[in-house]
Amino acid sequence: MTQPLLSVTELGISTVQDPRTLVNRVSFEIMAGEAVGVVGESGSGKTLTALSILGLLPRGVAVANGSINFEGNDLTNTSLENMQKIRGSEISMVYQDPMTALNPVMKLGRQLLEVIEAHEKLDASSVARVEVALRDVGIPQVERAMESYPHEFSGGMRQRVMIAMALLLSPKLLVADEPTTALDVTIQQQILALVSEERRKRGMSMLWITHDLGVVANLVDRLIVMYAGNIVEAGTVEEIFNNPQHPYTHGLLSSLPSRSDKSRKRLTSIPGVPQKPWLVGNTCAFAPRCFKASEICTSASPKLVGTLEKSVSCFHPMGGN
Amino acid sequence: MKRDPLKPKGGFHYYLQSTSGVVGAVLLLFMVIVSICAVFGWLPHDPLEQNVLSAMKGPNSHYWFGTDEFGRDVFSRTLDGMRRSLTVSISAVSIAAFFGVILGILSGYLGRWFDQLIVRLSDVIFAFPAILLALAIVSTLGNSWFDTALAIAVVYTPIFIRVARGPVLTVKEMDYVKVTRILGFSSPRILRKHILPNVTAPIVVQIALSLSWAILTESGLSFLGLGTQPPNASLGLMVAEAQPIAVFAWWALFFPSAFITIVVVGLNLVGDGLRDALDPARRSS
Repeated sequence: MTQPLLSVTELGISTVQDPRTLVNRVSFEIMAGEAVGVVGESGSGKTLTALSILGLLPRGVAVANGSINFEGNDLTNTSLENMQKIRGSEISMVYQDPMTALNPVMKLGRQLLEVIEAHEKLDASSVARVEVALRDVGIPQVERAMESYPHEFSGGMRQRVMIAMALLLSPKLLVADEPTTALDVTIQQQILALVSEERRKRGMSMLWITHDLGVVANLVDRLIVMYAGNIVEAGTVEEIFNNPQHPYTHGLLSSLPSRSDKSRKRLTSIPGVPQKPWLVGNTCAFAPRCFKASEICTSASPKLVGTLEKSVSCFHPMGGN
Repeated sequence: MKRDPLKPKGGFHYYLQSTSGVVGAVLLLFMVIVSICAVFGWLPHDPLEQNVLSAMKGPNSHYWFGTDEFGRDVFSRTLDGMRRSLTVSISAVSIAAFFGVILGILSGYLGRWFDQLIVRLSDVIFAFPAILLALAIVSTLGNSWFDTALAIAVVYTPIFIRVARGPVLTVKEMDYVKVTRILGFSSPRILRKHILPNVTAPIVVQIALSLSWAILTESGLSFLGLGTQPPNASLGLMVAEAQPIAVFAWWALFFPSAFITIVVVGLNLVGDGLRDALDPARRSS
């Protein structure tokens, strides 16, 4: 089997003072050219996992154990200079809110040139590169856009610029933290299509973080479902959607409205509220809300077992259809 | 050239809309021209030349602002004093702004113990009344014009630290600064290219206001005998020298005082104008 581009092993993230576990024993791999989606509720640790890959965890939160291996480098244990070289050029990220993610007092062309300048010397071809990057993401009148300030653009256009910025140095891995939540549904679809196409053209890997299952379904190859800082289930999109093994995944999917279902039933919801990751301890995090929970679920924590196509962390998986 | 109606108007356009800004700029311009004349020595008389025969003469066609008790030309001395006041305060504010802004931005950006240290130190300086602290520093340093400038700079540096630090605390949490970090920018680049340009507006306003305070402080020091030394002319010193003879020669007291007032009012109005022009929320149109 080929080496994965990124492999996260037994990653644990916790607060520095008064240690509280926020992400617990998360392991996954991303192959070259593969798109992986991470879904989970707020507080499930998906954003922290993504930020830890870039070494940008917020102050007071740190990687407690485990490793993040990217092309032979352990990113949890590398110098700041090395990390700064990797950020933007090897691993890039599209930010959540395009409205505030561009410098308001700098012309767009200059902002993109800054990205090149931060990593290499500017030369005669740099401006042309920026123009191509902007044209690729569908910005009309590129010359004019380069001379414009961010406030002259709509949210969708700004997100396109953000994507151009992230892709400018042809990263091998693109991390996207809910880049479409701040956009209209129609614009969302355009941005999703754009990202998909760019990914295919470049053979780039992608980690797409979202709480919206509908968004990722057509976008990624594999899905990781997180709950309270743990991976509860991982596998190919088909497997997860057609044959969910974990009761949580099952619950999530049955709470989605379906167009084919004409029965006009109420959407089902999962009773209760998510467990705080640091209170899980040596139990199954989902046990308090799980309809299949038994004694073992509150006395031991399940391990993620299975293959790349399908793995689940549950004592009582759902079984067949 | 035709202006693109959709393009935003420049800051200069907004500055011109502010009445106080325009008035202040005119007053300040006048003072600057007058000081430049003094720099090149384009004065009707030598400001140091004494002429006992024409002492304490009122304003006339030969001595426009009259003469003082030693028969020196008050007009020439006022202009020369203006030049000295501006030199000292511009130097002082340049030093204060340079170090204050650097320390303030670093303090806001780095946070932690460095921030604590800088903020506590500037609190200590803040605790002293400006003129008292300047007095103490000048009396230890000496009283060349540069010592005076240095003393005033020390007094006003904490204000620049505060003015620069506050906005940095806000701006560094902005998404676009987080994005620069995501894209692998180094800290010096983030500070210089992405934080500094977003915190300049309050600093520019503060420079105008500090200049006016610096002129007052310099005049105060000279008045108390710790700034410019006789026989050189300085506005504060002229006021001090003219005070005992004010009853007989009002002009020797009036003109330097008026110049201090005009330049301070001018700088404050310029500060107001800049604030209006640089703050989008205050723009009337």
